[in-house]
Amino acid sequence: MRKTEYPNIGETLYTDTLPNGLRLCVVPKKGFRSFFAAFAVDYGGDCRSFTLDGQPWHTPAGVAHYLEHKMFDMPDGDNALNLLNANGADPNAFTGNDMTCYYFQCTERFEENLRLLLHFVSTPYFTEETVQKEQGIITQEILMGEDDPGNRIFYNLLEQLYAHHPLRERIAGTVESIREITPEVLHSCYRAFYTPANMCLCVEGDVDQEQVSRIAREILGSERASVPQPDFGEPEDGLLPAEAMRREAMAVSAPQFLIGAKFESEKEGEALLRQRLVSQLALRLLVGASSPFYTRLYAEGLLNRDFDYESDFISGTASLFIGGESEEPEKVFEALQQEAARVAAEGFPAERFERAKRASLGARLRGLEDFGNVCISLASGVFENYGSLDAIAMLDQVTKSECEAFVRDVFSPGRLAISIIEPKKD
Amino acid sequence: MELTRTEILPGVWLSHLRTDKFKTACLSLTLLTQLKRDTAAMNALIPYVLRRGTTRSPDMEALSARLEDLYGTAIEPVVRRIGEIQGIGFYASIPEEDYLPGGKGVLQKAAALMGELLLSPATRGGLLLPQYVDSEKEKMLETIRSRINDKRGYALFRCVEEMCCCEDFAVGRLGGEEECEAIHYQKLSKHYKSLLQSCPIEIFYCGRAAEKQLIAYLRDALMTLPRGEIDYEIGTDVRMNALEEQPRTVEESMDVSQGKLVMGFRLGESMEEPDPAALLVFNACFGGGTTSKLFANVRERLQLCYYAGSLVDTHKGLLLVSSGIEFDKFEAVRDEVLAQLAAMARGEITDEELESAKMGVASDLRAMMDSQGELEGFYLSQVLDGLEYGPLELAELVSEVTREQVAAVAANAECDMIYFLKGDGASDEEEDDAED
Repeated sequence: MRKTEYPNIGETLYTDTLPNGLRLCVVPKKGFRSFFAAFAVDYGGDCRSFTLDGQPWHTPAGVAHYLEHKMFDMPDGDNALNLLNANGADPNAFTGNDMTCYYFQCTERFEENLRLLLHFVSTPYFTEETVQKEQGIITQEILMGEDDPGNRIFYNLLEQLYAHHPLRERIAGTVESIREITPEVLHSCYRAFYTPANMCLCVEGDVDQEQVSRIAREILGSERASVPQPDFGEPEDGLLPAEAMRREAMAVSAPQFLIGAKFESEKEGEALLRQRLVSQLALRLLVGASSPFYTRLYAEGLLNRDFDYESDFISGTASLFIGGESEEPEKVFEALQQEAARVAAEGFPAERFERAKRASLGARLRGLEDFGNVCISLASGVFENYGSLDAIAMLDQVTKSECEAFVRDVFSPGRLAISIIEPKKD
Repeated sequence: MELTRTEILPGVWLSHLRTDKFKTACLSLTLLTQLKRDTAAMNALIPYVLRRGTTRSPDMEALSARLEDLYGTAIEPVVRRIGEIQGIGFYASIPEEDYLPGGKGVLQKAAALMGELLLSPATRGGLLLPQYVDSEKEKMLETIRSRINDKRGYALFRCVEEMCCCEDFAVGRLGGEEECEAIHYQKLSKHYKSLLQSCPIEIFYCGRAAEKQLIAYLRDALMTLPRGEIDYEIGTDVRMNALEEQPRTVEESMDVSQGKLVMGFRLGESMEEPDPAALLVFNACFGGGTTSKLFANVRERLQLCYYAGSLVDTHKGLLLVSSGIEFDKFEAVRDEVLAQLAAMARGEITDEELESAKMGVASDLRAMMDSQGELEGFYLSQVLDGLEYGPLELAELVSEVTREQVAAVAANAECDMIYFLKGDGASDEEEDDAED
């Protein structure tokens, strides 16, 4: 395995690509009791249309998530969650827009648990009965999501920003779309995407990297299959939002808002990692805890501690989100636009820029404490062709003018959209 | 990792856990006081007001700039309820100097800043600034009102509020809405000063600094702490039985598409000499995870809900069962939860269920050794319970828990409150559609 040392953060990473195409990342941690393993598929809710060996496929919304639920069923009637639980592990899974990830944390019997994980994710077992049975559970999950203001405001904004990209749709699908999901649909998508060459395994803990590699080879075999090409449809028509403002009423105590914009995403590799770092640092400078924008609006009572921002790179798209709670979201929106215009004209003070970089370094060190976060970031990096542990060294090279250029571009007039959830009046 | 405890100033205790494992250190400071309806809101507001500015850095912009300079050291207000003890203070996460180019002195400066936040707030005429008090009060009122946004948490809160209506526990960690509205900056300033004089203070540190070094930093940081008579007479009143003979039922309607059922139980005799290991294993077995009785039966076998789980408050002696259900499944889920508890009380627990619960609890406890945040919470709770052992020792005790002990916890639990959050009719039609 290839060994990369990161003396600046005190970590060592082992990587390899197995003959079957599986990418492997191992971060050994002496002195820790916890182990974390993430087995990720480069496949999520957005990959509804795809081409495999020349044949085009179109599948209903919600298949990737449905598949994640059904992967836990084992042919002998067992459930992989129970098996891992009974072995002392704490297993779970999530389906994102462009990744499905199965993972566990444990403190003992790591190798057995790893075998179980690799085995169940490579054992599809779907029958009419078990697939039908899941419909009620997923319907409840979809309905529960509809009651969650955070979920509603997020999807409203995505619909405003994107005219037709599949990320507009709920990852879990709709109550109607999941009725079209049959064992055959699940099998087709499983065969297409759940192949080692389209997956990666990331492990952190006090492990022997060679042993992890041996187990993966033994359970997943050496056959290498072709990898499907997802089709996210026609490119979006320009960078302006399809709909600048949307309001909806729900049972909430105070108005919630989410402001967003889309921007041109770098394709992959170091360029994409750098774009992630630049966008996050620029947002910290523009609206972060020490920014004139946030501190002024907080003091005026227009914002509270329930305020956050992030940039997100999904299925070839790039978006930023700034959201929170405010009695007057329109005023926050206006103040943000004014502040961005001011920064576009005047730039960031050099001293603030250096400080923000130091703070960002501290925040990233903190992120390394969480094994789950490390493993899932590694997996994202593998699928996007960059090394997530390079981020801290690269952060040091990010310049003030890159951050200013980001603000000038993404916050230029007309680019922002706002979604508001208002309290329902009785 | 060895924990040492030292009284570094009168009534100020440092729990020190030295380790090189982490890339950030954790430092927390907690004032302990009795949870009471008339003071809970004032107590809760204090750390938020203090976090607005100090004499040296009088506003958030100046404070945030200092924290960014300390490589993004985070110092956040913390308000918690452990049984009927309210803990208020700050939690700091401080990057370790070994990973910071030119980061010498970060820990000392961070400790000094924490002392400054506690002892030298921005004031006028010796009083907390009214604009900071009013603005934080408005924000706290929003937080209290915003409980309703998270229906699962809201239903849990409402169940406890109704169940413990005659106990201080009902006010919640942030205190009551009315009491919060009534806060005035003069009275709050006086209250703040009295807390500084009388509250026992618990400091927790986990990181690379040696104890002696850290004590020197903390003594400097807290030099001006005014101390009077320390009030150690704080604790939790445990009610053993349900309020009435039959469980009370409260239903509430709201525009939701999924119902939330919460059932509250008293742990009864199990609280006479509480055995934390047995309580944890019982909870894991009953409703802790995917191998629990509730998950396996209410969700998987009978398909009655999307989620069903339980949690145990070992300080107050409560068991809470929480489930997300379709509106017309209310009776079915309620009866099944009671049936599962009754089965456990009869000892109907398979070897697999028991072993898996024990293994899961022990594994969580061992994993705690890798998380500073969890260690901090664990040791604070241990201090309040007068217990000295760490997570690994508790994991050992867990492995010795027997089926009889778990069955006894189930048998002693008595249902006191059934709370149901249902739809107001507006979304019933959608619901019918979904079932077609």
